[in-house]
Amino acid sequence: MSENKMINITIDGKQLSVEEGKTVLEAARQANIEIPTLCFLKDINEVGDCRMCIVEIEGRRGYTPSCIQKVEEGMNIKTNTPALIEARRVVLDLILSNHDRKCLTCTRNGNCELQALAEKYNVTEIEYDGERNEYEIDELSPAIVKDLNKCILCRRCVATCNKVQEIGAISVANRGFASCVSTASNASLNDVNCTFCGQCIEACPVGALKEKDSTQVVWRKLRDKDEYVVVQTAPAVRVALGEEFGMEIGTNVAGKMVTALKRLGFDKVFDTNTGADFTIMEEGTEFIERLKNNGVLPMITSCSPGWVRYIEMNYPDLLPHVSTCKSPHQMFGAIIKSYYAEKMNIDPAKIFMVSVMPCISKKFEITRDDMAGAGYPDVDAVLTTRELARMIKQANLDFTTLEDSGFDDPMGEATGAGAIFGTTGGVMEAALRTVSEVLEGKELNKLEFKEVRGEKDIKKADLQIAGKDIKVAVASGLANAKKIMEEIKNGNADYQFVEIMACPGGCVMGGGQPIKSSKIRATVDVRKKRAEGLYSIDEKSQFRKSHENPAVKKIYDEYLEKPGSHKAHELLHTSYVEREKYKM
Amino acid sequence: MKKLEEIHEIREQKRKELDLRVNLKADTQEKHILVCRGTGCTSSKSPKIIEELNKAIKENNLNNVRVIQTGCFGLCAKGPIVIIRPEDTFYAVVKPEDCAEIVKTHLVDGKLVERLLCKDIDGTEVKRLDELNFYKKQKRIALKNCGVIDPENIDEYIAFDGYKALEKCLMEMTPDEIIETVTNSGLRGRGGAGFPTGKKWMFTKMAQSDQKYVVCNADEGDPGAFMDRSILEGDPHCVVEAMMIAGYAIGANKGYIYVRAEYPIAVQRFQKAIDQAREYGILGKNIWNTGFDFDLEIRLGAGAFVCGEETALLESIEGRRGQPRLKPPFPANSGLWKEPTLINNVETYANITKIILNGAEWYSSIGTETSKGTKVFALGGNVNNIGLVEVPMGTTLREIVFDIGGGIPNGRQFKAAQTGGPSGGCIPAEHLDTPIDYESLGKIGSMMGSGGLIVMDDSKCMVNLAKFYLGFTVDESCGKCTPCRIGTKRMLELLERITEGKGEEGDIEKLEKLANNIKAASVCGLGQTAPNPVLSTIKYFRDEYEAHIKDKKCPAGECKALASYSIDPNKCKGCGICKKQCPVGAISGEVKSAHVIDPSICIKCGACASKCPFKAISK
Amino acid sequence: MENKCCNCNCGKADEDLQKILSKYEKDKSNLIQILNEVQEHYGYVPKSAQLGISEYLDMPMSEVYGVVTFYSRFTLKPKGKYNVAVCLGTACFVKGSEKILDKAKEILGIDVGETTADGKFSIEATRCIGACGLAPVFTINDEVYGKATPELIEKVLEEYKNK
Repeated sequence: MSENKMINITIDGKQLSVEEGKTVLEAARQANIEIPTLCFLKDINEVGDCRMCIVEIEGRRGYTPSCIQKVEEGMNIKTNTPALIEARRVVLDLILSNHDRKCLTCTRNGNCELQALAEKYNVTEIEYDGERNEYEIDELSPAIVKDLNKCILCRRCVATCNKVQEIGAISVANRGFASCVSTASNASLNDVNCTFCGQCIEACPVGALKEKDSTQVVWRKLRDKDEYVVVQTAPAVRVALGEEFGMEIGTNVAGKMVTALKRLGFDKVFDTNTGADFTIMEEGTEFIERLKNNGVLPMITSCSPGWVRYIEMNYPDLLPHVSTCKSPHQMFGAIIKSYYAEKMNIDPAKIFMVSVMPCISKKFEITRDDMAGAGYPDVDAVLTTRELARMIKQANLDFTTLEDSGFDDPMGEATGAGAIFGTTGGVMEAALRTVSEVLEGKELNKLEFKEVRGEKDIKKADLQIAGKDIKVAVASGLANAKKIMEEIKNGNADYQFVEIMACPGGCVMGGGQPIKSSKIRATVDVRKKRAEGLYSIDEKSQFRKSHENPAVKKIYDEYLEKPGSHKAHELLHTSYVEREKYKM
Repeated sequence: MKKLEEIHEIREQKRKELDLRVNLKADTQEKHILVCRGTGCTSSKSPKIIEELNKAIKENNLNNVRVIQTGCFGLCAKGPIVIIRPEDTFYAVVKPEDCAEIVKTHLVDGKLVERLLCKDIDGTEVKRLDELNFYKKQKRIALKNCGVIDPENIDEYIAFDGYKALEKCLMEMTPDEIIETVTNSGLRGRGGAGFPTGKKWMFTKMAQSDQKYVVCNADEGDPGAFMDRSILEGDPHCVVEAMMIAGYAIGANKGYIYVRAEYPIAVQRFQKAIDQAREYGILGKNIWNTGFDFDLEIRLGAGAFVCGEETALLESIEGRRGQPRLKPPFPANSGLWKEPTLINNVETYANITKIILNGAEWYSSIGTETSKGTKVFALGGNVNNIGLVEVPMGTTLREIVFDIGGGIPNGRQFKAAQTGGPSGGCIPAEHLDTPIDYESLGKIGSMMGSGGLIVMDDSKCMVNLAKFYLGFTVDESCGKCTPCRIGTKRMLELLERITEGKGEEGDIEKLEKLANNIKAASVCGLGQTAPNPVLSTIKYFRDEYEAHIKDKKCPAGECKALASYSIDPNKCKGCGICKKQCPVGAISGEVKSAHVIDPSICIKCGACASKCPFKAISK
Repeated sequence: MENKCCNCNCGKADEDLQKILSKYEKDKSNLIQILNEVQEHYGYVPKSAQLGISEYLDMPMSEVYGVVTFYSRFTLKPKGKYNVAVCLGTACFVKGSEKILDKAKEILGIDVGETTADGKFSIEATRCIGACGLAPVFTINDEVYGKATPELIEKVLEEYKNK
């Protein structure tokens, strides 16, 4: 590889040699010089609009945004002159003058990029106060709340929705002071083409976008002695929850999490990873059926409710490609309210099933039709990773010092295959582990399918299984999903099996995960760290193939008969509908 | 499709036919009646005038008289204007019902219609157009054909050297020679910023790409400016021709003109010009067998001032919200669909053909050291001769306002003039002798701008004026960057407070601080210049701001909230007219004794003052 | 969503829109041209047209809405039968056009951007219509009234009221 050209620049008197193509902001950060940013979101929103990251460049009139200005030979840059500090204070003052400033009651209190800057720049009163735009809060959807009174128009959400996900549920409407982030016709997010992936929430530096709160209902149920409150936790939650308590990104805190959940008062704490094992059993069987009986191929995974909502809205004709399997937590909920309720002799009507998910679309998923396998809703409430962290904080639990405990029996032990569901390629890998052994009819040594791991947008692999040529593809992020769907639509896809996740990177980067600041997102590979956490759980697992999960085997033996049975279909499968993009 | 030789024939033949338009001594029995069909005169029913003239001509069986629609003559204040050539008789404020008389008296009887002749400001009666002071100091280059030819007739354009510059470029000049000529002419962008045009052409030529574009910025957004519109309405072919020359010079074969949809006549005439040029084979493939292809398309704006900013304009052509892009990269390297793009405004293009035909030296001999050629201004506001004027650079503001514009009406005094519209600044009387060029105007806190020149008399409040401009920028800010989106709004609110008598000590300093930060920190030209009207009025009329804030008085008496009406008991005769006029019953008094106004009831509408026969009521 | 607009002959609206769309290539850069034509045709840009355009150009409807609300020429509501537009360009402003606007608001009892309850009148404040020589100017639909005064607009509106 050829050496990149180096550019000589001076920042605040420091002479630096910087790789060509770097921005002034990146160069400054390399030299440990801090420049504040607000609208900047690496690779997604590089527009230089908020004017916080402005710097002075010798020989130039006015200020230049450092987040997009590339370094040029001989550039002499000043980043923190008194004039710049005044300009940034004025900019902050102006933003705050049109912000509702209800910090105490904001979900982002303490994790707000605007608040941090206001504190840093010592904005203690608003010099240029004036009329504020006032908006009705949009909380019609089951998943997401949009509160424009807090919006600072950085447009990170708009860029994410349009460029990363290519959905375009939101755009900017009006102009000038009246500009606002808006859906088509300013309708509720519930009534437009929003998939509830929640990536916009992850992008928001303030509290203008957030999940619909479920902590209150969960607290209420926990108070109610008559209710049997059961919780399950998704694989990706355990490698991110710790971040909310200052722990390293990607740390596996499953043990502490289980302890915390028990302390919060949940009657039982289960692992959704077991649900994932069920999913592999069902989905693997469905795939083999399709393969053998000339069914509709490629078959596409259905674990990601954002993705399912997307295809229902955008490619309804291709719905037969989607596996009829419910997602792991729905399957698990159905089993709890049927098999488990029977076994433990509990009235399923009294069971309140809570899922802790890295996802906000799951909040929508539980409201879907055909999601009540046992005659009761499979799942009653979904908490995001963030909401669980809030509950733990409210309960005054010192999370980092909690002892570890294990998930409750009889579903205690899940496989490593279930764990890797939380990252892109994980469902595919888990499925391949099982499908290949079933098709070959023997135990295989190949456990890891590294072809489907990693950060590439779309991963493809050609596999030889039982003498069959099997082509698979894995896509995460809806823009990539769109590419695959176009291939299928145009008859250019020769895959048999496709995994799609709505969020780029899979569930570890879900819309319900801890929100990382723009600076962390620019400097740390969050996805990789969280994914590594999951792969390491997999490696250390006693069982790494779903079909070897003892609990799963037992339940099939005792209750479900076999994967794909009538009973299994009743409980673990669902159906899809064509969905209007715009209801107005 | 016409061969070059055919174009030459048309030129020769048509030129003879039209000689009487420009040669006032032409020996001919023919008469051409020129009627302005610019937007202003069209609004005052000039199409009807044409109809009536033709009717009367027919009734009188006059065979040697033709009625021709033309573009703007410039003196809009006297519109609708009818000119009869070759004698150059000038009839002002003509109504459709005057037409029969014009035809009968002037054309049949050979006498002047005295009552339709206009009087110059000094009272002298003007019979001929060239006698008007309005025209004496003007030099028409960009507007050369406006008011002379029928803009909808390509042959008339060809007659007056139309498409001759293009021919010269394609046949005799290399792209480099063209760019060199433009560079040496000293022409600078007439859209406002004044960037050297030749340089812009060179940068775009140097950019490497198979696909380049030529764009004409006709999104004339400055409220009160209408030079670009008048050029498109009066001489659309000169823009077509210049864009083609630019295309040949930089290596582009596709052009777009971005016009405000609010200019229907200009759009329609330009489309007609494109159609005619295509029909003649002037636009299209392999033009005159030179291998050069060029075609043009119109793109309509939809009412956003910011689209006059070149990168916002590009966004708009691409079908998006007109939000400016960050520069660099400049359009010369990455413009329309990221391809190298040359953007010039209408007036800039309107100079090109003349520079090519007459040479760089000729052009650069006009104007000042740094600003060459002429500049067209839309003269408006409190000035007698409202209209379109073209003057050599270096002409002073005083000459424009007083010699050409005829001074201030109603016996009022000149207070200030605003150039550069919402981006510019006001120029007070003390700077009336500033020669108009890019640098001089910048030095005194204003700017050339696109050419709006609004004159204000002493009844105008400068704080209110600043508020007006800020209101405009707040409405027109795209909303992309923080300083402009929120900052201009906060400036407007401060100004509103001040004009409502709620200003506080320190507000001026607050305004200045905000203004300077908005200027330095905004993304595009709109935000960077939006505070100019405030800063320049503070600079020259700070005492007026202070009067509003400290004394709660508006010295010009324009700010309603600060007005307090009172009746001078010495002048009041007790006639009771004011009492009847008052809509809220704030005035009381017995007949024949002095009346009084109750300030707690008065809504400051001013109805009483305007009706008092004894001028006893003052603010 | 029903593919029709609220205030006009519904079935026809769809057909008309298709007719407009068919003139343009499916290229996003045609959006503003199409919207100009739709605005001209319907007097506003109906929701159904926004949806139709978004489908035709294969772009999110939110983006179409973003463009519609950016440009002042496009409106989301139909204007009155008589649209009273008072020019607030600088030349007219300096000549007192604000007083004319105030008078119109007073007479019609509505604000800028509003339509009277009977749908007869709407008021618009425009930026320079280019008739600066006639300043101050107002227009009612296509009719231009120059050198206007509050008294003139009062008289003219009275005439229109009786139309």
